[in-house]
Amino acid sequence: MSSRRDFLKTTATGALILGAQSKLSLAAMGDKKAEAGKSKVVIARDAALHGSDGKLDEKRVRALLDRAIASYTGLDKPVEAWKKIMPVGQVIGIKVNGLGGKGISTHAELVMAICERLQQAGVKPGEIIVWDRSARDIQACGLTISTDSSRVRVFGSDVAGYEEQGVAYGTAANVKLAKILTRECAMVINVPILKDHELAGVTFSMKNMYGVVQRPFELHANGCNPAVADLNCIPAIREKVRFTIGDAMSSVYNGGPGFHPEHLWQPNALIVGEDRVAVDHTAWQMIEGKRAEVGMKTLEAVGRPARYIATAADKDHNLGFNDPQRIHLMEV
Amino acid sequence: MKLNSKIWPALAAFAIIAVVASVGCKKDNSKAFPPTNAVAGWEKTSETRTFAAKDLWQYVDGDAEQYLSAGVVSTSTSDYKFQGKLEATVDVHTMNDPGGAHKILANGQTKDAKTIALGDECVQYAQSIIFRKGNALVRIVAYESTPDAPQALLALAHGVEAKL
Repeated sequence: MSSRRDFLKTTATGALILGAQSKLSLAAMGDKKAEAGKSKVVIARDAALHGSDGKLDEKRVRALLDRAIASYTGLDKPVEAWKKIMPVGQVIGIKVNGLGGKGISTHAELVMAICERLQQAGVKPGEIIVWDRSARDIQACGLTISTDSSRVRVFGSDVAGYEEQGVAYGTAANVKLAKILTRECAMVINVPILKDHELAGVTFSMKNMYGVVQRPFELHANGCNPAVADLNCIPAIREKVRFTIGDAMSSVYNGGPGFHPEHLWQPNALIVGEDRVAVDHTAWQMIEGKRAEVGMKTLEAVGRPARYIATAADKDHNLGFNDPQRIHLMEV
Repeated sequence: MKLNSKIWPALAAFAIIAVVASVGCKKDNSKAFPPTNAVAGWEKTSETRTFAAKDLWQYVDGDAEQYLSAGVVSTSTSDYKFQGKLEATVDVHTMNDPGGAHKILANGQTKDAKTIALGDECVQYAQSIIFRKGNALVRIVAYESTPDAPQALLALAHGVEAKL
C-alpha cells in the first residue's frame, strides 16, 4: 500500500517529449513484425501473477505491462515505447471500470504501473487523470480519490460533471459526455476489465465507453447493438480514446457485469491494442474459451452474442477489424 | 341518515384494517441489515443505500435489467467486514412477488451450489450465499476466498434473515 501512496506523490522529473500525433500507429512505427493491413493485438500472460494469497503481485503486473507494450511496439525498452504515444504537455486520461464493485474492477496495480511508466516517459503527474463514473467506482478499483493538480488526479464524473449539450451518432442520441473526456483529456488510454455481460454478451474496450456518458442505461436496447458501436463513433470518443490496455487478470465468464465469484476466473492476462474492435473480438474469444472449458454454452447459444463487435467493424462504423484474418494476434 | 351512521364506523374499521394489512405486507427491507456485532465478528462498514427500481442502474448498471424484468421494487445494500479482514456486500432486493425472487435465485446456478436450509430457499458457494424469504431476495458476496468465509457468510445470512 505504501507504494501506491508513493506513486501518487511522485513528481515529474523528465522534460516533455515527442510531439503529439494526430493518429497512432504504434505497431507500424516500431514493430518490423507487424503485418501490413492487419490490426495488431497482444495478449500477454503470466500464470504466476496472483500470489498464493490470491493477491496480485505488483512487480509481476509491472513486468507484464512492460512485456505487453514492448511486444506491441517492437521496442525493447518500455519507456521508449511509451514515449511514442505521449502528446506534449497535454492531459492523458486513464478510463478504468469499477462498475462491478471490489471483486471485478480494473485493478489498481495495473493503473499504478501505467501511471508510473507514463511519468518515466516524461508526463507530469498533474497531466494524468484516472477516472470513472463516480468515487465509488474508483474506490472499487482500489484507488484513492485525489484532486491535487500537482499529483496524478483520480476522480469521477460525479465531481466533474457532464456536458449539458447532448451529442449523437445513430442510436446513441442526445448523449451527454463526461467533461473529463471533453474538456480535460487530450487522449485517453482505455483500461477496462474483461467481463461477461448480461445484455451485451461481453464488456471490454468499446463497452467501457458507457462509463463516459451520463445515462448509460438508455443504450441497453437490443443487446446494446448498435449502441456500443454508435457511441464509439462519437468524435470525442473515436478520436481521443486511442489505446486499450485491457485488464484480463481476473474476469467473470458468466453472470456479469456484476461480481459473481462462482463464475470468477483468472486469465492472468493483459490484452493490448489500438484497434478497439480487434481487442474486443479477442476478448470475446477468451470468454468463449473459458465457457467451453467449464462446459457452458456459447454466448450465441444463450442468446446474447456480442453483436455490437461486428457492427463496429461494418462500413458504416469502420472502427476496426473483427475478421480474424485481419487481426495479427501475438501471445507472449 | 340512520343507516349511514351505522355504516361509517364499519367502513372506518375496515379502512384501518386494510391500512394495517397493507403496511404489514410491505415490510421495509432496508432495515434488514444487522448492526455491528449483532452477528459475531461482523462489522457494518457503510451506510445502507436504497435504490428504487427506476434508479437501480446507478448501482448495478447492466445487471439492473434482469432484476427489473423479475419485478424488483427496490434494492438496499450495505458493506460489511468480518474480523477486520474479510470484506463482503449484502444486497436485499425487494421483489413484487416470491416468483420474481425465485427466478433470480435460480438463474445461473452452477454445480458447485450447495443447498442450505435458510429462509424459503437458499444456495451457497465458497464466496457467496443467496436466499429468498417471501418476496425478499438476499445476496451476500465476499471479496476473498478464505477458509472461514463460508461459515462467516452463513452466520451473517442468518442475521439478515432474522430481520426480514
